[in-house]
Amino acid sequence: MNKTMAKLTRDDVLKLARLARIDLSEEEIIEFEGEFNEILQYVEQLQAVNLEGYEPTSQVTGLVNVTREDQERGYGYKSAELLKNVPATEDDQIKVKRMIG
Amino acid sequence: MGVWLPIGEIAAKVQHGELKAVDLVEKSLRIIADKEEYKAIIALTTDRARMRAQHLDERIAQGEQVGRLAGVPFIAKDNFLVFGADTTAASNILKGFEAPYQSTVIEKLEAEGAICVAKANLDAFAHGSSTENSDFMTTKNPHDPERVPGGSSGGSAAAVVLEMAPFALGTDTGGSIRLPASFTGSVGYKPTYGLVSRSGVVAMASSTDVIGPITMTVEDAAAVLDVIAGRDDLDSTTIEREESYIDLPTTVVGKKVGVIKEYMGEGLDPEVKAHIESAIEKLRASGAEIVDISLPSLPLALAVYYIVCPAEVSSNLSRYDGQRYGYTYAEANNLDESFAKTRSIGFGKEAKRRIMLGTYVLSSGYYDAYYKRAQTVRTKLIEEFKQAFDTVDFLLGPTAPTTAFKIGENVADPLKMYLTDIMTVAVNLVGVPAISIPAGKSHGLPVGLQLIAPQRNDRKLLAFAKQAEGVIG
Repeated sequence: MNKTMAKLTRDDVLKLARLARIDLSEEEIIEFEGEFNEILQYVEQLQAVNLEGYEPTSQVTGLVNVTREDQERGYGYKSAELLKNVPATEDDQIKVKRMIG
Repeated sequence: MGVWLPIGEIAAKVQHGELKAVDLVEKSLRIIADKEEYKAIIALTTDRARMRAQHLDERIAQGEQVGRLAGVPFIAKDNFLVFGADTTAASNILKGFEAPYQSTVIEKLEAEGAICVAKANLDAFAHGSSTENSDFMTTKNPHDPERVPGGSSGGSAAAVVLEMAPFALGTDTGGSIRLPASFTGSVGYKPTYGLVSRSGVVAMASSTDVIGPITMTVEDAAAVLDVIAGRDDLDSTTIEREESYIDLPTTVVGKKVGVIKEYMGEGLDPEVKAHIESAIEKLRASGAEIVDISLPSLPLALAVYYIVCPAEVSSNLSRYDGQRYGYTYAEANNLDESFAKTRSIGFGKEAKRRIMLGTYVLSSGYYDAYYKRAQTVRTKLIEEFKQAFDTVDFLLGPTAPTTAFKIGENVADPLKMYLTDIMTVAVNLVGVPAISIPAGKSHGLPVGLQLIAPQRNDRKLLAFAKQAEGVIG
């Protein structure tokens, strides 16, 4: 039916870690490889279900396209309050590390 | 009889000057301090609580009406943005985060005179069924300190059972209000999806996340829901509320209740089963019509959930990148290293597990086989619930297959831990309201009974649950 029966490999775990921007320790790589395969094996039971005539659901109460007037709401936040949790700032701007090596 | 009156009575007495808000706050803080060893509480909001209580008492002395929850202390799970203490979601990555604004529910509760006194422990980012995934500590079950209180709202449930406050707020993405209510012998209410605004609450899985109260009685849960329910411009998924959730009618007679066959079979602890069956007999004797009902796709719900939930988690947790708030790895040489090191150090193991699993099921080549397929099985599940509610008013089953397990018992096996949620997740995927109420104890440990209603029938469910509570109690 599809290719989900394939086993997740160490390389897959490393690729996922890169995509998710998480550095993993060697211990975590080994542990996750085993656990992910166990979990994926459990969810494999969905492959056998006959879904003819069913569409996917992502919203359960039937709301569609909830919009509002394109107007400023005026919450009155001060930038200093919103910036107080920022690790590094300069001139009321969020300061980040160099992007290009 | 507990140390707290029903919430409505506390508020009435405070409004009439028979009780002082400042005394109630001190009482709450004293009990929290006395029972510190259960590790239910992450942080206190003492200064703000005392200030608000004093202000309330002053307004009452001047003849003002201060609201339906006047002076009632409460505890918020630490994934709610609240002034007066950090909001950490029990995670290292959010340690030290000071909310720049409050959750809509906190604003609504405060507007009716309620006072937040503390923040409760949880599994970090609400990922878990025991509080053992908290990056800080594990909460102990009030009935047996060697056991877990359930999760992820375990701190909230334990706090209420330990009488630290008359109510606590929880969040329920796959059972995180009902499971700890079941394990601790409290009442946990999971509203219809969208009934309560999630603005200002740390997001986990946005298609199933709901907010609800944990209390000792159904009446108290209804009193809280009555204040927090309703549309909110800041959460576009919110729906219209019913006019009222209090002054509930008393009508067990004639209600048709379907006992969920799939929840009463294999895997259910025989003692838990016996308690649920005894509760069913009591309901029958008091006039409810009881029938058996089957929802054939229910056994698939957990597999659906553990695809949909990690998928949404991987998206919601991408915002924790160390640049705008929270922990940051300061020694990074470039932005990419900053992201990867920050998230590696800041996230606990379960958050990493779910982010990566979610990344996998959403990734190119696997999306159709996992995510899309899970969302399609979800449709089938929704249809089966609709059909069931064509023939019965409510569905009934256990909240969990067992009573509270030992601390450490399931930590080495994530799949086994996930199976704890096997009887709660379907309700979230379908978006219907559900409640867990106590149904006695097995070997000293509470058993939870779960009642489920169709969407937007929260009032009916609360009314029936209140009756059931009286009959089973």
